[in-house]
Amino acid sequence: MSKTSTHIVDYGLGNLLSISRALEAVGSGATLSDSGDALLAAERIILPGVGAFPVAIDALEDRGLISVLRLAARQGIPILGLCLGMQLLFDGSEEFGYTSGLGLIHGRVERIVRLPESGALRSTHTAWRKLEWEENVTKSLHIKGGNPGSLYFVHSFFAKPIDSSDIWATVDYGGLKVPAVVGKLNVWGFQFHPEKSREAGLRLLESFVRQT
Amino acid sequence: MDHRNLQEAVITTENARHVRLAARLDVKGPSLIKGIQFEGLRILGSPKNFAKSYYAQGVDELIYIDHVASLYDRSPSGELLSEVLREVFIPVTVGGGIRSVEDARGLLRAGADKVALNTAATRNPRLITELAETFGSQCIVASIEAKQRGPGSWEALFEAGRQSTGLDVVEWAEEVVSRGAGEILLTSIDKDGLERGFDLDLIREVGRVSQVPLVASGGMGKYEDAYEILRETTADALAVGSAAHYGRITFDGLRRGLIREAFAVRPFE
Repeated sequence: MSKTSTHIVDYGLGNLLSISRALEAVGSGATLSDSGDALLAAERIILPGVGAFPVAIDALEDRGLISVLRLAARQGIPILGLCLGMQLLFDGSEEFGYTSGLGLIHGRVERIVRLPESGALRSTHTAWRKLEWEENVTKSLHIKGGNPGSLYFVHSFFAKPIDSSDIWATVDYGGLKVPAVVGKLNVWGFQFHPEKSREAGLRLLESFVRQT
Repeated sequence: MDHRNLQEAVITTENARHVRLAARLDVKGPSLIKGIQFEGLRILGSPKNFAKSYYAQGVDELIYIDHVASLYDRSPSGELLSEVLREVFIPVTVGGGIRSVEDARGLLRAGADKVALNTAATRNPRLITELAETFGSQCIVASIEAKQRGPGSWEALFEAGRQSTGLDVVEWAEEVVSRGAGEILLTSIDKDGLERGFDLDLIREVGRVSQVPLVASGGMGKYEDAYEILRETTADALAVGSAAHYGRITFDGLRRGLIREAFAVRPFE
């Protein structure tokens, strides 16, 4: 199989249509795929995800995709996880008990609990936020001119990388510093939904497609 | 007032709750409809055109409710939905007629980000938990349609306001959250379509018990109604139907007004 375009992992969870339309809008083709061979031949892989961590891991496991994604990462194929897809990249999550993840970025996923400041009261973080980029971030996914604009977040769990250099950008949620962009070698994650974040999100997706 | 001042107003309220603005599209088959107190539904046009127009105005979210789906025991059409949502890159809540995990899965694949449950939830509250465990709580919106029964007392109705449940709205709101709902869409049937302002008491009472984001719906007619509900209650988001459909407000006008009143909304970019 020839190396073609962007493959979106289709494992029964996630808003695949929205993501493929967003990629279309930035001029990139996208293929929905649940085949290991196709994914390993992809130019880049997007791992979507809406839902509960253990359900997603089971769904990947059922399709034999856990080992495929680990292999793809080792082979240097750029992988971008979106929202729950980003959380799946980590060692594991506390959602409904502890479940192991893909282990591509070290750290774990925890529930948003009582917030350090009184500003935010809700356990689900639902908001449009601007990224605060870490100073020492490699620039490959960095949008020219700095901040791309507000991005849409909706999540009740957040990822905590062990190595702080894996955190590329954060947003502040009532005093809690939420990792919003993570990256390690050829693996990245966005906690927000770029496919649901108007022009700002499209520009970040475009940047990923162009620069990987 | 120029954009620079608007940006500064937002920064000073950085840690205030962020308010989201949603356009509410009530649909029947291929048409956008709107009634008053859920009655006398009028056809207003194509939901796709309204969706595109609100997206261009800078709305934060869409709420797409199929008003008759649950009456006829069918799920909303994923095909129609995916057509309405083409070129609209914002979060979308879809409700009406969702009775199972498979119904929800179909809509999520067609472009929905959240599913709203009303009838099925009141008939089978365990469905809320089942959906939350499959798709995550953030994906599950409990749609509560409230009819006032006395001072400080509201009953949750279902089947587009036709059927009585005997459920007290505030108690029901607590229950849906404990069962896993990640957001509450609270519609006042009494205020719906009248454009005379939200039901402050209703939204306030539910806001007191809700640990999840609360979307206030029903009654918005002018910009001041939005400022009032946000000052008087803990609503996290506003749903606007009639007032936008009939052109009495625009979403960029609403955003501008909210920024001027020092509410934290998505800034102009």
